[in-house]
Amino acid sequence: MPAIYALYVINKSGGLIFNKEFVTIASNSLNDTLRLASIWHSLHAIAVQLAPAPGCTGIELLRADTFDLHCFQTLTGTKFLVVAEPDTPDVEALLRETVYDLYADYVLKNPFYEVEMPIRCELFDQNLFNTIAAVHRRWGLVH
Amino acid sequence: METINAEIFTLTYGSMVRQLIADLEDISAVNKQLDEMGYNIGIRLIDEFLAKSKTGKCGDFRETVDRVAKVGFRMFLNTTAAVTNWNAEGTECSLILEDNPLTDFVELPEGCQNLVYCNVLCGVIRGALEQVSINTECSFVRDVLRGSDVSELRLKLLSLNKEEYPFKDDD
Repeated sequence: MPAIYALYVINKSGGLIFNKEFVTIASNSLNDTLRLASIWHSLHAIAVQLAPAPGCTGIELLRADTFDLHCFQTLTGTKFLVVAEPDTPDVEALLRETVYDLYADYVLKNPFYEVEMPIRCELFDQNLFNTIAAVHRRWGLVH
Repeated sequence: METINAEIFTLTYGSMVRQLIADLEDISAVNKQLDEMGYNIGIRLIDEFLAKSKTGKCGDFRETVDRVAKVGFRMFLNTTAAVTNWNAEGTECSLILEDNPLTDFVELPEGCQNLVYCNVLCGVIRGALEQVSINTECSFVRDVLRGSDVSELRLKLLSLNKEEYPFKDDD
């Protein structure tokens, strides 16, 4: 069954500035997440350089047998990562449109949010949670 | 998108500029502060612009300026700017503001003739473009508030950072 497990946001310099799990993931500690963020940031950058064809913008999707990891990097260098059930549809669009919109609205427009710093914005959390819950409901998944 | 009365915006901006003049007591310091404030707005605004306009990567600086003038100004100021006066290298151009809601009710008094009332716009453009690795310089060269027939922003490309990451092999 398709499901969105978690969302991570990585800033330009590779620091994890947001992490939220929507479904409990087995033994996923904050340290692991921080490590994942910085490793992903580096791999993403290396991939751009290693790509045989010009115009590569980095890794967009990592497929494993138990999860898909989608990555969307904005033109400003911020990365949004989503861990989802394998073959979950429309994650690209969700990141590109909905999540990025929410970030622009509730994080960047919050005058007390400092850019590049960890995101602690209640409104972002709420709206994100509602969005994901709505997506899950559409798939018949109840929180 | 939710909308509010544009006058709220215009009046808020006006009282902010007044307050800056009162606080800083020096017109050139006010100009500098407005540019700085604009910069701080710009570095946040760019993501809003990219997210909502669903815009992709631009091919060159000309295309970038065009999007700023046509899409950006429309989105945030509900007006557009005309792009003219390109230099031969395509690194410098002028944005002519056809209609500027910020100046709707403004008359500059004696003693404020050097005030660049809308300098915040320069900062916004500079900050926003810097976030997408385009370093620019932006300033008003003509201003309706100071007797010109149109408002003209001069935008100069300083450098394009091709890479987003500080890759240096010798590091």
